[in-house]
Order: sequence, then structure tokens, then C-alpha cells
Amino acid sequence: MGSPMKIRASLSGETADVKVLMRHDMETGQRKDASGAVIPAWYIQEVTVALNGKAVVTAEWGAAVSKDPYLALKVKGAKSGDAVSVTWVDNKGDTRTDETKIA
Amino acid sequence: MREALNLERRKALKAGAGFGLLSALLSVGLISPQQARAAVNKGAFDAKTLDETYKALGVSAPAVSDQVVINASDIAENGAVVPIGIKSNLPNTQMVALLVERNPNPLSASYNLTEAAVPEVTMRVKMGQTSNVIALVKADGKFYTATKEIKITLGGCGG
Repeated sequence: MGSPMKIRASLSGETADVKVLMRHDMETGQRKDASGAVIPAWYIQEVTVALNGKAVVTAEWGAAVSKDPYLALKVKGAKSGDAVSVTWVDNKGDTRTDETKIA
Repeated sequence: MREALNLERRKALKAGAGFGLLSALLSVGLISPQQARAAVNKGAFDAKTLDETYKALGVSAPAVSDQVVINASDIAENGAVVPIGIKSNLPNTQMVALLVERNPNPLSASYNLTEAAVPEVTMRVKMGQTSNVIALVKADGKFYTATKEIKITLGGCGG
């Protein structure tokens, strides 16, 4: 399931500033633990940002995105009260969706 | 007892059906999560050099454009968290991607933008060492790039 995301969406004119803070380990698969065993890769592969259920940005990520990823983007044609939802899917098939209303 | 078990089973079946075919296939192990990744950039994330990445993305000789802007500081203290913003001033921008030349896999992230999105994204990536970062933008069917060197004082992949 993953931990909840923090999503903030603020309006300036007709453009919504969307800032997302996800919680994920984002293991690259390059690191080793104390005994020298490789820690398997575990990272978010796909992120979708939607406005009122309609996808605006779909992203594909590699393992190089930092732990607890931060993402900021802008959505046109938004108005107060619109729903912004963010969905991620990681390489283990785990997924999480969170939603917020534009203030 | 038996009836109670059956009831549990029914509930479990019901819950399972809601996840749809994809997750069902995932859980059975018929398709691995890697295969489930959108086919578009399959392979591009595994590419080990810049040229391989471009090839996997179907990019040939992208033009350098001053309309593509990389917004990042010249020196990053901590390679594990390097904030980088990419902005495109080109009309009809469809895709924005970030490549870190000297990372094990250069392609870090790619964003497909619809018309409702402003071509401006900010993210944080890991960088193993001082490297050029490249913003790759697809606008109106053509590819454009911008490059910036970011110096790392502390590597991001050593743990």
C-alpha cells in the first residue's frame, strides 16, 4: 500500500501549482548491506497526475529519483475545488493513490 | 465452521476481482512488474550510456536549444538529493526527460505531458558523481536538449 503522500495544490490564475511529496525507499539495486549482499532494487516506476480524474502528466521514473520523491508541476485550466490526484506504481507492483482539492 | 470458511473465501474472491486483470496477472506471476512498465521507454531506463539511451528512446541527433532551461545549482552538496527543474519554452512540448550522463543508467525520469500541463517539472534525483545533466525535450515531434554540469561534493550512491 505504501505510506500516504503529501499533495499541495495552490491556484495562481488558472494554473494550479501541484507539489507532491511521496514516501518511498527508492532503492537503486546498486547498494550493498553490511554483509555485502546487494539490496534489491525497489523504486517507483510510474507516476500519474490527474485533474478531475483526467491524466495530465504521466511520468516514468528510473531508480535515480531520490528517496522520498518530490515532484512539482503545473496544471493549466484548473479552478478552485478541482480534484488533483496522484498515483504511483513501483517495480514490485505496489501502488498508491492520494487526492486533494485545489484550495 | 465450514460455512464460515466459505464466507471468508467468497469475500476474498470478491476483493480480488476488484483489482482487475493486471494485478491478477501480477500476483500469479505471469507478467513481472518490469514487463508491466509502459512499453514506450522499455529498455531506455536500462541503457548504460547516453548514446544507448538516445537510441532506446528513438532520438537521433537532438538539437541544442536555449528554449530548454535547466534550473539547478552549480554545486550540489549531497548527491543523494539534487533538486533539478526543467522548463521548456518551446510550443507544443510533449515530453520532458532528465538524463544524468555519468550515472549507471543515465535516464532518470521522463514525463509525458498533455496539453493541460505546463512544460515545467521539478524533481530530486541521485547523482553518483559530478556530471553533466541533460534535459531532453520533445516538442512538435522534434527533440531538443540543454546541458548543465552539476558538481557533487558527496556522492549519492555509496549509502
